[in-house]
Amino acid sequence: MKTRVYVTLKNGVLDPQGKAIHHALEGLGFSGVNDVRAGKLIELDLAEDVSDEDVEAMCRKLLANTVIENYRIER
Amino acid sequence: MKSAVIVFPGSNCDRDMAVALEQVSGARPIMVWHREAELPQGLDLIAVPGGFSYGDYLRSGAMAANSPVMRAVKEASDKGVSVLGVCNGFQILTEAGLLPGALMRNAGISFVCRDSTLRVENSQSAFTSRYEAGEEIVIPVAHHDGNYTADPETLDRLEGEGRVAFRYSGEVNGSARDIAGIVNEAGNVLGMMPHPERMVEPAHGRTDGRRLFEGLLEALG
Repeated sequence: MKTRVYVTLKNGVLDPQGKAIHHALEGLGFSGVNDVRAGKLIELDLAEDVSDEDVEAMCRKLLANTVIENYRIER
Repeated sequence: MKSAVIVFPGSNCDRDMAVALEQVSGARPIMVWHREAELPQGLDLIAVPGGFSYGDYLRSGAMAANSPVMRAVKEASDKGVSVLGVCNGFQILTEAGLLPGALMRNAGISFVCRDSTLRVENSQSAFTSRYEAGEEIVIPVAHHDGNYTADPETLDRLEGEGRVAFRYSGEVNGSARDIAGIVNEAGNVLGMMPHPERMVEPAHGRTDGRRLFEGLLEALG
């Protein structure tokens, strides 16, 4: 079963990569971009018996650094 | 001083660290591979070196922090063994929870590789006892993810408890409050982005990093 984990920087944490992407978009002439935040998408192919709690644990222990990142699980 | 240097796939400052430790202490460190679940007995110091452990995949230091050897390093540090993490080693120590905060991509996006001037903020730790508080020293940096970040309460606590060991004099990577190195609550774990092992002999240009190792030797015997 495919499960997607979205990892994003917490609000208030500065995002240098997002900022660089923002500048690059402006440099290309795209106007109206108010802000850019970059994150990660991690796709997991999981066996049927992997529980929601297991995926939560994967996120907390490895996939996200909860000091600076939030995660969202899409199963 | 009996020391060990942890070696991960992708470590590239492990040998520099070993040379610096041997030059100052006279004893050759034991190189410990990342798959080892146990450390040699009787260690005084564990060095977690710089490099790009596991290719820095996912986040710098994230994979290494979950390796078998890091569980052993955590246990040893809980028992009071000194731990020095430099560059990728600092990233690994934060990912492993031995030090608070996180190291993010440099504010300027670019990899920064140059000499940096640091202010020694606290000379009370074994790592900094050979420096004067307030002294400025030059130690090279070479990193892409050295932008130290923590929540304001954590930063205030680090400052209040005198746990900021080194601060950049001038902008390097966007680090919160210009933090270049911190110690843990017990004072036996130091993480720093600059590389003291690259400034230990006259051929390096300066020897400002040498006193860090001399302080450890004095404290740990």
